[in-house]
Amino acid sequence: MSAPLIEMRGITKSFGAVKANEAVDLSVAPGEILGLLGENGAGKTTLMNVLFGAYAPDAGEILIQGQPVRINSSADALAAGIGMVHQHFHLAPRLSVLENLLIGIAGKSGRIDRAGGLARLNEISRQHGLMLDPDLPVSALSVGEQQRLEIVKALFRGARLLILDEPTAVLAPTEVDGLFSALRSMALQGLGIIFISHKLNEVRALTHRCVVLRHGRVAGRVDTPATTTSSEMAQLMCGHEIVPPARGPSTPGVAVLTLQGISTSHHSGMALRDVSLSVRASEILGIAGVSGNGQRALADVISGVLAPDAGQMTIAGKSVSRFSPREVQALGLGRIPEDRMTTGLVTNLPLADSMVLPRIGTEAFSRKGLLRPDAIRAFAEEQIKAYDIRCPGPMTRAGALSGGNLQKALLARELAFDPRVLIVSQPTRGLDIGAARFIHEKFLDMRAKGCGIIVIGEDLEELLMLCDRIAVMYEGRIAGTLDSADATVAKFGLMMTGAGQADEAA
Amino acid sequence: MSALFEQILQVGFLAAIIRIATPLAFATLGEMFSERAGVLNLGIEGIMLLSAMTGFTAASLSGSLWLGVLVAVLTGALMGALHALFTVALGLSQHVCGIGVTLFCSGLAYFLYRLIFGQQSVPPNIKGFQTLPIPVLSDIPVLGPAVFNQFSLVYMAIIAIPLAAFVLYRTPWGLSVRMVGENPRAADSAGVGVIATRFQAVILGGALMGLAGAFLSMAQFNAFTFGVVSGRGWVAIALVVFGRWDPWRSAGAALLFAFVDALQLRMQASGLGHIPYEAFLMLPFIFTIVAMAVMSRNAVAPSALLKPFRREER
Repeated sequence: MSAPLIEMRGITKSFGAVKANEAVDLSVAPGEILGLLGENGAGKTTLMNVLFGAYAPDAGEILIQGQPVRINSSADALAAGIGMVHQHFHLAPRLSVLENLLIGIAGKSGRIDRAGGLARLNEISRQHGLMLDPDLPVSALSVGEQQRLEIVKALFRGARLLILDEPTAVLAPTEVDGLFSALRSMALQGLGIIFISHKLNEVRALTHRCVVLRHGRVAGRVDTPATTTSSEMAQLMCGHEIVPPARGPSTPGVAVLTLQGISTSHHSGMALRDVSLSVRASEILGIAGVSGNGQRALADVISGVLAPDAGQMTIAGKSVSRFSPREVQALGLGRIPEDRMTTGLVTNLPLADSMVLPRIGTEAFSRKGLLRPDAIRAFAEEQIKAYDIRCPGPMTRAGALSGGNLQKALLARELAFDPRVLIVSQPTRGLDIGAARFIHEKFLDMRAKGCGIIVIGEDLEELLMLCDRIAVMYEGRIAGTLDSADATVAKFGLMMTGAGQADEAA
Repeated sequence: MSALFEQILQVGFLAAIIRIATPLAFATLGEMFSERAGVLNLGIEGIMLLSAMTGFTAASLSGSLWLGVLVAVLTGALMGALHALFTVALGLSQHVCGIGVTLFCSGLAYFLYRLIFGQQSVPPNIKGFQTLPIPVLSDIPVLGPAVFNQFSLVYMAIIAIPLAAFVLYRTPWGLSVRMVGENPRAADSAGVGVIATRFQAVILGGALMGLAGAFLSMAQFNAFTFGVVSGRGWVAIALVVFGRWDPWRSAGAALLFAFVDALQLRMQASGLGHIPYEAFLMLPFIFTIVAMAVMSRNAVAPSALLKPFRREER
């Protein structure tokens, strides 16, 4: 390999008492794809933000082609040839593809250089197979296309090093293949790429070398990811061995939740079209699919937030008539929403308040229209202990908790009332392996106790590990249901992109 | 009633629409630039009033109308900078600061006016702008006398509309303005200075509001009174929404409002005397509310409107 394109030496960055990065060394050669692996909070994003100029390091230096450089802003990073594709895209949805590319680029004699921009876009598109319609507004692009635009944007600015922060989290399996082949083509043409992920199989499939971070330090370097086993890498990431919980056999009982011909309209995002499914006691049903194919509407209908236009739903044998959160909850439904921060809890209120919020009107927490603060506090304290929720106390502001602890709190609040059915969306998104493991075990415990569980998720491996059956959603319909015993990622990939429905061309 | 229609078809009526629309067009374009960059400027009403006052004072003391216009524009830009200081640099609530700027400017205008002119039974006036017929063009029948026999500030407004559209849609700076109003983080990561761009847009907006004020006190009324703006700033805020944050549509909205306003003036004068004139005065505002209710349902504001940008926040 030739001289490194970029080198970071002894990077240290602290936030208060927390050392987010400590003496991290890292280098990327031209044409190399470097994997940056680590759990959440291991310091991957901080390290890349240092490289991209968002944070100034407390110590250490950055060298570009052997020359030390100072990167104080994203403008400096861009000028130094570093491009970054963030987890949350930095695009303006109402502006066109071309306008998003041309932002911050000096025009020609005071005007936007449209012709020049188009030519450059075409060149980049052809070179790497990244096709985009220049005049479409970004809001009309799929998530995969928006990501493509972010990559093109970096190349457009002449990036020689591309940083991708968890790029596959938002993609369907087939889109992941497309991304990988584009990245390989870029590497062949001499670009350096840093690929951040916590998905071991992806790192093994794509990268040439890989650096593992743990607690802000380099925990290990893997020179041949392709031939290193996942469990070896997982051990580097976590510092100890991780054994996935085993899902024992179970005999499903009667149906605890059924949906019959449910259709919705006027929903932000994809509406449901004639969805029928059922979950039995002691069964975990997975809902797979690329996000935006009706999963949110499904979760909203089941949790009583959205009333369907047509169809019936029963919980524990009783028909749901009014579709209010209170009604479905009274029938025995527990819900863990997709977005912990916005629909899960009230981040500015004490944790204890958020933990009793769905049942605030019940006898347990209020009497004659007045709250029972002692009961609320006692309940929260009990759950904090039972679920090992790390926080200073029940009166802590909920928003101050880490993702894993928030998720535990939400789980505790639902499970404390022995739901007959539990619906969870993205249960372990953003959680580290340890916290995810804890959540998974709880689900399996509930299953053993006879609860029916619906898990809406995008991580197929997680669903395959957890679920007895998996239904795939595509464009608001159930594209098919597979028994997880005879399901493979490849089969799902086809159903998730609608290819499994070729006979339904009408 | 038929007398009313006859009046509408007269050249004078068309000319009145253009005249009434001019300050609204300046104000609306000013507010639009500010909002496109993500900053609501509720200081508009006060900025217009203060600019009308400073412009009038400068013109009346110096005898130069154009110096008055310059002072009014600078006043507007300065007050725009003040609003930007609060809302962009310090990231304070745009609603509260905007109302604060309006109250401050109004108070300052009254105070300075009294200080300079004292208490007079007849307010001082100036010889304001005179109409400036454009050769050849003003000879076109109907359109000529209505559009091309106007104050020079009217011509400036007519030029300002396509110019604003060009700047907003065809220049890198305009793209930056739209980007910081939609997704400041994206602009920041592209190396665009979000704070600087917002400051520039709000200051440009303030300058345009200053022009609106200058027109009122130096072309339309030729005097400064405390009611010289009388809600035109608030109307401009509604017109921006009505015009969907687009220069052409916003100017169109200003014309439409001016049409209703000119109409009600004619209705007051035309034999419908048994209806109190206040009822006619209400018409343009009722029109605004109805138009807003109908049009703003589909209007999509710039995504980052009202949201201060702080880089460290993630």
